[in-house]
Amino acid sequence: MKRLLSLAFAAAVGLTASAASAQTLNTVKQRGVLNCGSNGSLAGFGLPDAQGNWTGLDVDFCRAVAAAIFNDASKVKFVPLTAKDRFTALQSGEVDVLARNTTWTSSRDTSLGLNFGPVNYYDGQGFLVRKSLKVNSALELNDAAVCVQQGTTTELNLADYFRANKMKLKTVTFAAADETVKAYDAGRCDAFTTDASGLYAERLRLANPADHIVLPEIISKEPLGPVVRHGDDQWFDIVKWTHYAMINAEELGITKANVDDMKKSDNPDIKRLLGTEGKHGEALGLSNDWAYQIVKLVGNYSDIFEKNVGMASPLKIARGQNALWTKGGLQYAPPVR
Amino acid sequence: MSVTTGGMEKPKVSPLYDPRIRSIAYQVLLCAIIVFLIYSAISNAAENLQKARIASGFGFWENTAGFDISQSLIEYSTASSYGRAFWVGLLNTLLVAAIGIVLATILGFIVGIMRLSKNFVVSRVASGYVELIRNLPLLLQLLFWYNAVLKALPEMRDSINLPWGSFLNNRGLFFPQPVGQPGFNAVWIALLIGLIGSIAFRYWAKKRQEQTGQQAPVFLVSLALIAGLPLVVFLAMGSPLQFVFPERGRFNIRGGVEILPEFVALLFGLVIYTASFIAEVVRAGILAVSNGQTEASYSLGMRPGPTLRLVVVPQAMRVIIPPLTSQYLNLTKNSSLAVAIGYPDLVQIFTGTVLNQTGQAVEVVAITMAVYLSISITTSLFMNWYNSRIALVER
Ligand SMILES: N[C@@H](CCC(=O)N[C@@H](CS)C(=O)NCC(=O)O)C(=O)O
Repeated sequence: MKRLLSLAFAAAVGLTASAASAQTLNTVKQRGVLNCGSNGSLAGFGLPDAQGNWTGLDVDFCRAVAAAIFNDASKVKFVPLTAKDRFTALQSGEVDVLARNTTWTSSRDTSLGLNFGPVNYYDGQGFLVRKSLKVNSALELNDAAVCVQQGTTTELNLADYFRANKMKLKTVTFAAADETVKAYDAGRCDAFTTDASGLYAERLRLANPADHIVLPEIISKEPLGPVVRHGDDQWFDIVKWTHYAMINAEELGITKANVDDMKKSDNPDIKRLLGTEGKHGEALGLSNDWAYQIVKLVGNYSDIFEKNVGMASPLKIARGQNALWTKGGLQYAPPVR
Repeated sequence: MSVTTGGMEKPKVSPLYDPRIRSIAYQVLLCAIIVFLIYSAISNAAENLQKARIASGFGFWENTAGFDISQSLIEYSTASSYGRAFWVGLLNTLLVAAIGIVLATILGFIVGIMRLSKNFVVSRVASGYVELIRNLPLLLQLLFWYNAVLKALPEMRDSINLPWGSFLNNRGLFFPQPVGQPGFNAVWIALLIGLIGSIAFRYWAKKRQEQTGQQAPVFLVSLALIAGLPLVVFLAMGSPLQFVFPERGRFNIRGGVEILPEFVALLFGLVIYTASFIAEVVRAGILAVSNGQTEASYSLGMRPGPTLRLVVVPQAMRVIIPPLTSQYLNLTKNSSLAVAIGYPDLVQIFTGTVLNQTGQAVEVVAITMAVYLSISITTSLFMNWYNSRIALVER
């Protein structure tokens, strides 16, 4: 049903007169809630619990956008989307922003009528196999059956990797993550492949997580980030600067815990970010303390990283490439001034 | 309507009030409006897509697909084009639909006739089957069959060895692939000659029976022509056929013919589900034939078997065919649920992966709808033709 609806939406994109596209901020304000396209089944990125409380890095990103707009991080409606339907949902206006571990690629950026915001998680694709297969490298997977989810970059990287290494491949493709993982668990495939972060998350769902290992090879670049529609630069700016605010806050040592004390700081960088000096929020169409609200209500990048995927979470993923540029990682934000 | 019975003068009316001219005018107007609506929808869509900077057009057809497909009846690799992937998906849909229709018809007729049986147990079993299956959502049944197939079968390492070098495991059923050697074409030619010959013989036998009342052994002669002739040629050519046997590799079985568990689960699910509806159609059709026909047949001394076969079923067919057609259409359309269990049908490949990788929702959905529409119309036309052929000829 969901799928049909999205397809209908897809057709509607083309068939109805296009809504005034430069009005996203106003639309969201009037509606009083941000519609956020999320992953509905990936621990660490987007997952509702039995009570309907959502958690995850991407989920917290949307909360941060809501905090910046409404001074209230709870004004978000999470719309779970499969990999396959996510872009259609964004194009048709069903969601205002898509934060669903989505890889930034040239064709998605240029031919779907979408814009990618900054990368909120640097990832790469890996393989999960049974220990009992005694495979130590992805290069030994010649002739293996691999379970993969449809509509992902994963599907393409997999085919490329096997082709480049002259290995034979048997792909079994499913539309939803649940079925993909279940089929792998049932022994239909020798390997399961997706973004490395996803592998750690999905492994926890297997019957016996300890019987499976992640192979060392990372076969692709998967820069994951939030996505918005083309044609509304103000909205694009808000989404971009939400991420940058969290990075800058971390860099300046402003955390969810100390943000109120930091408001008294004399450091001009901190003053500008938290809005005690300058009018940087207004220029975005927000209040000047927008970044204060983000950090206060949601946290800085390190806060949300550690809580959702880092050492304070079941996934225990190290910062690695996602450390700040000052600590050897790739996370870097332009200054607020 | 028009009154033109002899003698009466046709009253002269202005064309403005002539009902015939009016109705033509209305129809022309309606057509114009529909054409205009379609045209404006299309041009509006194209304009909006361009405004939103979403790629449009059919240029993607030739681009490299870059993804793998687990089952294809034609040559396909990750370097093939999206267009090729489309054909792979379409053929996979047709494959499962065609086999599904044949099997569902057979099973449906058996169950439908069982339901009418005088034997209490037989009719109860049949009605239990129909009630249970008809009332469960198909998607649920497909997931059930898929998991049942996967769980019931052993892992690759513990494959069940079947006779003839075949294997069965949770990756599928693998059996030797016959590969024709040079000279094998002669066998095909022999088969063709045999087929034509047996049709001609049947025709001749029927003509002769009508004229002289003598029966000819049609079945035996046809068997000899269709099976015997190719066999003789095959042996005469020195058995030009070799088998490629499936072999165990490190992970999977290589070579041979492979039947995927996804295909089996989908086929099972569709056949069992659709057969339960066909059974009802068949039962209703048979009940619609008046009991007098059966009694008349009995009183002529025919036994129940031939009565059913020669008297009841042919008449019931006229009632059965139209609803049977819609069951065939349902089965074909339902095959698109394949997406849930990983069988690469048209919807899974084309409106799934291709739509997503190209982002061209409008084009891809339009093509897919056109395909399903064509399949449905073709099926309907065929069934209508068949129906008119078996319809009662009023004399
Ligand atoms: N980053 C890749 C893959 C993203 C993706 O969909 N990953 C899967 C596997 S971890 C997933 O999140 N599935 C969850 C779902 O569809 O519910 C992309 O953007 O194409």
